[in-house]
Amino acid sequence: MGHTMAEKIIAAHLLDDDEAAASRSAQGGAPDVWPGDLVEVSVDLVLANDITAPIAIQEFAKLGVGGVFDPGRVVLVPDHFTPNKDIKSAEQCRAMRQFARAQELTTQFEVGRAGIEHVLLPERGLVVPGDVIVGADSHTCTYGALGAFATGMGSTDIAVAMATGHVWLRVPDTIRFVYSGQLQPWVGGKDLILYTIGRIGVGGARYMSMEFSGPAVRDLSMAARFTMANMAIEAGGKAGLFAVDETAQAYLAGRATRPGQVYEADEDARYSEVVEIDVSAIEPQVAFPHLPENARPASSAGDVQIDQAVIGSCTNGRIEDLRVAAFLLGGREVHPDVRCIIIPGTQQVYLDALREGLIESFIEAGAVVSTPTCGPCLGGHMGVLAAGERAISTTNRNFRGRMGHPNSEVYLAGPAVAAASAIAGHISTPEAVLA
Amino acid sequence: MRITGKVWKYGDNVDTDAIIPARYLNMSGAAELACHCMEDIDPGFVTAVQPGDVIVAGENFGCGSSREHAPVAIKAAGVACVVAKSYARIFYRNAINIGLPILECPDAADETEAGDVLTIDLAAGAITNGRTGRTYRTSPFPPFIMAVIEAGGLVPYTRKRMSARSAGAG
Ligand code: SF4
Repeated sequence: MGHTMAEKIIAAHLLDDDEAAASRSAQGGAPDVWPGDLVEVSVDLVLANDITAPIAIQEFAKLGVGGVFDPGRVVLVPDHFTPNKDIKSAEQCRAMRQFARAQELTTQFEVGRAGIEHVLLPERGLVVPGDVIVGADSHTCTYGALGAFATGMGSTDIAVAMATGHVWLRVPDTIRFVYSGQLQPWVGGKDLILYTIGRIGVGGARYMSMEFSGPAVRDLSMAARFTMANMAIEAGGKAGLFAVDETAQAYLAGRATRPGQVYEADEDARYSEVVEIDVSAIEPQVAFPHLPENARPASSAGDVQIDQAVIGSCTNGRIEDLRVAAFLLGGREVHPDVRCIIIPGTQQVYLDALREGLIESFIEAGAVVSTPTCGPCLGGHMGVLAAGERAISTTNRNFRGRMGHPNSEVYLAGPAVAAASAIAGHISTPEAVLA
Repeated sequence: MRITGKVWKYGDNVDTDAIIPARYLNMSGAAELACHCMEDIDPGFVTAVQPGDVIVAGENFGCGSSREHAPVAIKAAGVACVVAKSYARIFYRNAINIGLPILECPDAADETEAGDVLTIDLAAGAITNGRTGRTYRTSPFPPFIMAVIEAGGLVPYTRKRMSARSAGAG
């Protein structure tokens, strides 16, 4: 019986004194893990942000170790409430900055030289195939797009990982998704993942690894793959993995800061379920409040007036996303009743967008362009909603109150539908706007 | 450890934004966070919850963000235990790590109503509903997780492990 990608990566990271590894090598076999095993593994990269790092640092202090396990493998990113939105956020960021300096972390990120963590880390080559990465942020699963086993945890887990370089894991079952067929115009990674979550539900992959595969996936850009892996957690998933192919290798070339190790799922890997999806039938999607599983074709949204459109976040804040938005917004105008907020994911994305002339198109269309930040995605700053207001957003969560007042509403979509809706003033499709 | 408390009942997919809205995440003190626990789905919770009360919920409790602030807020609000049909995995880990007792028990979650009084024996994994008199058994924690709970959370557990490891190496 063969193994899934997640099982192979975890097995390769087992600690020498892990019981599962020990019992297997006593029998003369190579380290081997199966779903349900509780194992201890070494980690390649540990991540926290300005919300989760302060607690992790407090817990780290209680462990009584002097330093982190490896100053080159602990990364702290200020992105949620930055540039600091108030005094409390400023103090959280200061605690994080002081820790980074005291620990002499080799990669120190700061406002003006950073961006949203899950866009930033792959861009800077800090994620390589075969890694085990743990982050005190649920969207750490984004890195599965590069064939890494990456998963979100809480601050205490991260404190222990920073100190020891180890974490405990339950080896997950894996659901395999096989995408086939021809993508329709304007359908991107966001539409595929919203459709998928609509199919299996927000708990459909709870505790599991999701393997995204099939001929339609092989044609997807890295940006689209990051978007899909990013939202594995929205189906309850522990990780969302893609095979490492030429597209991934091309992305890594000249960027990767370490050599990686490519793991492929075995032909006879044991999956808890295989879900076949014909992408030919998928239209651009929109997920209605208040769960990402409420996905339906944008063309059947009905008359939903919007007050705000947000294009950005760790889900859709990459240059490819901004190009799609600029294609639609260029030479058109944001509807007078809509505030359109565009947030490049990193300083590099911002600079690329500037050089390509996208920023000019956005501003001429009447949109606001912000410095990289999570900002409105979590109702933090830079576009918080009032009671009764509605936003269409390229972010990943539309829980009640996610973007502001508990009686506001968030509709999730990809950049094409979000930009089209910003122009129309209600949820719309790119076709309708171009017609 | 025995818990007797009044039940606060919630549905499926109670997410971490409902447990502690992100607008309060510019702080990390347990007492401050507790003041806003469940605020957006149940504004009356914080003022009426009593130490020792129990939260009972449906599927996928704690889905969403990795924020440890969520179990911290619940614990600091005085809740002694959470009983749900199922949990989102990060929430489950976080609760164990910070020492908030949580039990997975679909039948108990289904048959318990708001305001019922539950008596919970954590060591035995038994939940008794005072109104109906029914007792439910939950499956025991795996030994590793039990060891973390017995140590008082992941930090004390790790301290113990690290000193054992360095003693072994020396
Ligand atoms: S952009 Fe949104 S989902 Fe992504 S890390 Fe920031 S707050 Fe979390």
